[in-house]
Amino acid sequence: MRFADEFRDPEKARVLVAEIERLAAPLAAKRGRALQVMEVCGGHTHTIFRYGLKNMLPCDVLEFVHGPGCPVCVLPMGRVDDCVALAREPNVIFTTFGDAMRVPGSKGSLLQAKAEGADVRMVYSPLDALQLARENPDREVVFFALGFETTMPSTALTVLQARREGLGNFSLFCNHITIIPTIKAILDSPELTLDGFLGPGHVSMVIGTRPYRFITERYHKPIAIAGFEPLDVLQSLWMVLRQLADGRCEVENQYKRIVPEAGNAQALAAVAEVFELREFFEWRGLGSIDHSGVRMRRAFAAHDAERKFAVANLQIADPKSCQCGEVLKGVIKPYQCKVFGTACTPERPLGALMVSTEGACAAHYQYGRIDLLKARNEAAEATT
Amino acid sequence: MRQLIEGVLLPAFGNSLLAPLEDQARIPMVELAGLGDRLAFTTDTYVVSPIEFPGGDIGRLAVFGTVNDLAMAGARPLYLSCGLVLEEGLELAVLARVADSMGRAAREAGVKIVTGDTKVVERGAADRVFINTAGVGVVPREAHIAASRARPGDVLIVNGSLGDHGVAILIARNQLALQAEVASDSQPLHGLVAAMLAACPDIRCLRDATRGGLATVLSEFATASDVCIRVREAALPINEVVRGACEILGLDPLYLANEGKLAAIVPGAAAEVVLAVMRAHPAGRESAIVGEVTAAPAGSVILTTSFGGDRIVDMLAGEQLPRIC
Repeated sequence: MRFADEFRDPEKARVLVAEIERLAAPLAAKRGRALQVMEVCGGHTHTIFRYGLKNMLPCDVLEFVHGPGCPVCVLPMGRVDDCVALAREPNVIFTTFGDAMRVPGSKGSLLQAKAEGADVRMVYSPLDALQLARENPDREVVFFALGFETTMPSTALTVLQARREGLGNFSLFCNHITIIPTIKAILDSPELTLDGFLGPGHVSMVIGTRPYRFITERYHKPIAIAGFEPLDVLQSLWMVLRQLADGRCEVENQYKRIVPEAGNAQALAAVAEVFELREFFEWRGLGSIDHSGVRMRRAFAAHDAERKFAVANLQIADPKSCQCGEVLKGVIKPYQCKVFGTACTPERPLGALMVSTEGACAAHYQYGRIDLLKARNEAAEATT
Repeated sequence: MRQLIEGVLLPAFGNSLLAPLEDQARIPMVELAGLGDRLAFTTDTYVVSPIEFPGGDIGRLAVFGTVNDLAMAGARPLYLSCGLVLEEGLELAVLARVADSMGRAAREAGVKIVTGDTKVVERGAADRVFINTAGVGVVPREAHIAASRARPGDVLIVNGSLGDHGVAILIARNQLALQAEVASDSQPLHGLVAAMLAACPDIRCLRDATRGGLATVLSEFATASDVCIRVREAALPINEVVRGACEILGLDPLYLANEGKLAAIVPGAAAEVVLAVMRAHPAGRESAIVGEVTAAPAGSVILTTSFGGDRIVDMLAGEQLPRIC
């Protein structure tokens, strides 16, 4: 398949893995521990597990820390409860992206609400939701707007289109979040031992590479904006390690074929027209982070589900047994969580990290248990 | 109702066992006894939406699906029942097309629809038409196929491209604004299985990879046999169109439904012989050896990716949901 297979060439991968190993070994030796590189974006987490990158790399000198960049995973329970309440409104068609359907709230997920009769529909694009609004003029169509800067422009443009068409029955339940304050919150965490970052590729396609400069200037950590194919991830990792080896600290852009240095001006303009920063937004596992979410500007009140409906804006604490926050910050690995694979599985997720295949825990569960199996196997062989 | 049965169903299914329209079909046992030593008996219900799609329709599916469930025991499928649940308001022409398609599929597969039942429910209580088919067949003496019989050293064969049906249905639903030339692979597999059994009576495991796809079937084999099944991604036959659709939609072809594809575990020594007869059969032209059975880690399916890494292939929790970004 063109434009995909080129980025999955196993020969090139072998060369990169060897180079990564050569660079990582002395750096780890100097630190007396394995290097820790955070891939900020859930898309990278998915790639790492799906293609088995984790098992190709020397885990004794290098480990991935799976970052907070899975919008489904960081959604707090209260917001899910708000969604379910909206979906249960008698005249509402509640539209959402697929992987948000299973996120558990305190009173069940959207999938459960649907099973109990709420009109919840999966869409692939906010434009599908807009189409539903056109086709159902006597119903209220609410779109569950979710995601980082990657998906913000498409929802902003959809709202602008709704306004142009005068579709008063279309509204957004806005849960968009921003990545920069979150990376900052992680960097300010006292437990932090990260050595570098793989930057989110598709967020950067919108915001460009400049907003990451504080990571190199204030926190002195190298970062490479990374694409999502397996060779992209390996090359970006290699770029970060080379910076560490050279004693450099820069924002490098591996994903040049998609990410312009200045971002996408038109997309940013649409976002700025429709959205404004919230003072703070609640993140699952991470708590409240200042200026980390956006809401709709007053001018778009007619399309703002939070203003149109009585959204309770509930705050509900994460389940006590869940250690999502520690996993998100890289303090513990997913399988070190008390409930991983026992009380919390993809079938019955407790924490949101177990829901989407971009979530660190689901990825570990789905694809990563190979390590556990191998370990168990070696232990069994050793005893026989 | 009588008009429906005599005007539409009887002509479509037409055979001497159904014609008397008794409350039950009466099947001569002598005929069965000559074919083997065990009766295979199965049932399945078909609710696919839309009911007509590129490469098939709900009627064909209802015949071939049940035929294939029988075939996976090595059985020769013989007789089917047909239970129809019709939603009030379903156009007669549509029903006639579905019935006609079932009749043709039955003749193609060499089975007879010998008994049936039809119910009409009020609008909204069903989605146009639901079909249940039960089937009986006879298992030949030498066949002892079971999910628990995979052994280290065995190999895994599939009979062709994976995921065609799943993607054809997704596209036919027309919710994705995707256009692609891909047809359902709906086909009967008992002829192929008979050829495989003739070449190697000791076929260990056989299942058609319908809902849940190849991944689900292999997980079932690995668990039931307490072995590890290692699959080579690069060896899996997957159409370019299906790969493309999966890339765009964030789906994994290993979990997509098929309606004419089987996974077979056969002894390593017989692999090449079985592969050759499969490739010589119309339902197996693109057959390929795609993996091996090893002892450990027991109960797991491991995929070696084309990229060179290994990962676990697990049962799917719920349906595959597309990712956001």
